Amino acid sequence: MPDTLVEPYTRLREKMAQRNRSLREKVVSLEEAAGFVQDGMKVGIGGSTMSRTPMALLWELIRQHRKDLSISRCIVSTDGDLVFGSGIANHVVTSWFAQGILWGLSKVMRHHVENGGKRYEEWSHMAVGMRFRAGGMGVPFLPTRAMLGSDIVGQRPEAKQIDCPFTGEKLLLVPALNPDVALIHVQRCDPYGNAQIDGLQFMDIDLALAANSVILTTERIVSNDQIRRAPDQTKIPFFCVDAVVEVPYGSAPHECYGLYEPMMRHMEAYVAQVNADPVKGMQEYLDRYFYSPKSWNEYLSLIGMDEVLEATQKGRSIYND
Amino acid sequence: MTEAQRYTASEILAILSARQLQDGQVVFAGIGVPLLAATLAQRTRCPALTILFEGGVVGAFVEPGKLPPSTNDQRCTKRANMVLGSADVLLLLQRGYVDVGFMGGAQIDQFGNLNSSFIGDPAKPKTRLPGTGGGNDISSLTNMIVAMKHEKRRFVEQVDFITSPGFVRGGTSRRDSGLPSGGMWRVITELAVFGFDDRTRRIKVLALNPGVNREEVQDNTGFRLDFDEKLHVTSPPTDHELETLRMLDPDRLFTA
Repeated sequence: MPDTLVEPYTRLREKMAQRNRSLREKVVSLEEAAGFVQDGMKVGIGGSTMSRTPMALLWELIRQHRKDLSISRCIVSTDGDLVFGSGIANHVVTSWFAQGILWGLSKVMRHHVENGGKRYEEWSHMAVGMRFRAGGMGVPFLPTRAMLGSDIVGQRPEAKQIDCPFTGEKLLLVPALNPDVALIHVQRCDPYGNAQIDGLQFMDIDLALAANSVILTTERIVSNDQIRRAPDQTKIPFFCVDAVVEVPYGSAPHECYGLYEPMMRHMEAYVAQVNADPVKGMQEYLDRYFYSPKSWNEYLSLIGMDEVLEATQKGRSIYND
Repeated sequence: MTEAQRYTASEILAILSARQLQDGQVVFAGIGVPLLAATLAQRTRCPALTILFEGGVVGAFVEPGKLPPSTNDQRCTKRANMVLGSADVLLLLQRGYVDVGFMGGAQIDQFGNLNSSFIGDPAKPKTRLPGTGGGNDISSLTNMIVAMKHEKRRFVEQVDFITSPGFVRGGTSRRDSGLPSGGMWRVITELAVFGFDDRTRRIKVLALNPGVNREEVQDNTGFRLDFDEKLHVTSPPTDHELETLRMLDPDRLFTA
């Protein structure tokens, strides 16, 4: 675990200097990619809520029984349940933590936070963004005007209130967050890691710039020539990226913009099962969908062809007039 | 058919909330009734209403029958003007581009502070709630409309925890806390429409919903309520409002 809240600048620069930032192929398997994430690391998760969650990589980390991870993401949904319920993480930094607005409170989060000794560290949504952005800018903090006057700020000694040296106004400084590794799922990238993101980009660009390493999972690997035909679509440059894994439906049962919507019947069944019993229900869910399948494709088969195709039809329809 | 049977509690909540918006405004809407009500306003009286969502959407135009399950889903972007990163759309609030924020609430107090973090002592909570999401940012940085269920346990004298600040402890305390802009403007429930006193910043009833009396509002509130001297009764939902609302949410995702 890190010994300081904000990583010293010299150490950040040293880590950067050691990264191989050359234009090189970095395609690996899901199993190999998971090896970039070691016990105790600070792990930033791309996407938001039920969108572009790097589910396949979380699935693999859970199968490999990582432990003591500290997860950060702007908003967590069932991914937060899964990292607590499987035991791979004991700390989640986010602004909102439940399965989804349609389902009320997460009994899994409640169980682990109220009784289980796991920590949900709450910041405002913008504050999470400013923390990643400061991390990506190479500065130790950014000022914001949010969280002041609330009780959230009292819970967060990590944030410092100051009087602005220019105007005298009260401002809140939020500390940079530089995850050890970021996990980001995208629609397409090339073997070097030039990533093109369609639709909502959430905080992924700041997260990729802030992290000390980045693993991309991608629906599809395309050629570098194809990337070069539309460089304006490239949202994450290759030199941020350390590994690339091609995983079709890599966010399932969450959505991936333009390709598939959330697989809602699976989500509803999941929520009913884990909220009925946040320990046993979760264990049975993990046994069935995470530990038993031999491959990601087998996991998708368990979700079911009907569900996957229906989600695909809805996902693609965003481009229909 | 009696008045009360023409619509559900959440339908009148959405319709009266929509009436608070004005054409030409920029509104930052949360998921649920706020998204639905902002869309209803856009499709009825306010065609030039600009709707923002925290997922990064600028100028949303949500499709009828395809309401998004959160403000971070692809459906939010259909026919929008632009998509931004989440931090950037929230920064529009800080810069001052947004006229009004619009969200739901789990627990509110007499100064319009909202709690969505803890029930009980935060150090050892009885219930850990989901948290702020963008709620704290929105309520810190612009004028707020809150749409919520009216229950005694939700309308309390002082919230257990201020997640999203209203007028903090009343008077000038919001400004003194470092929040010079915005504040609670309206609270809409299935019973009444509320505003806030200009000086004390305490909540007060501006209008009763059709068929609701003062006692009913007071009895469902956990502290003594003030009633505005110009207290009036809101006009009931029109057929056009109800039809448009039901066209937008035929599956009753947010108006069950």
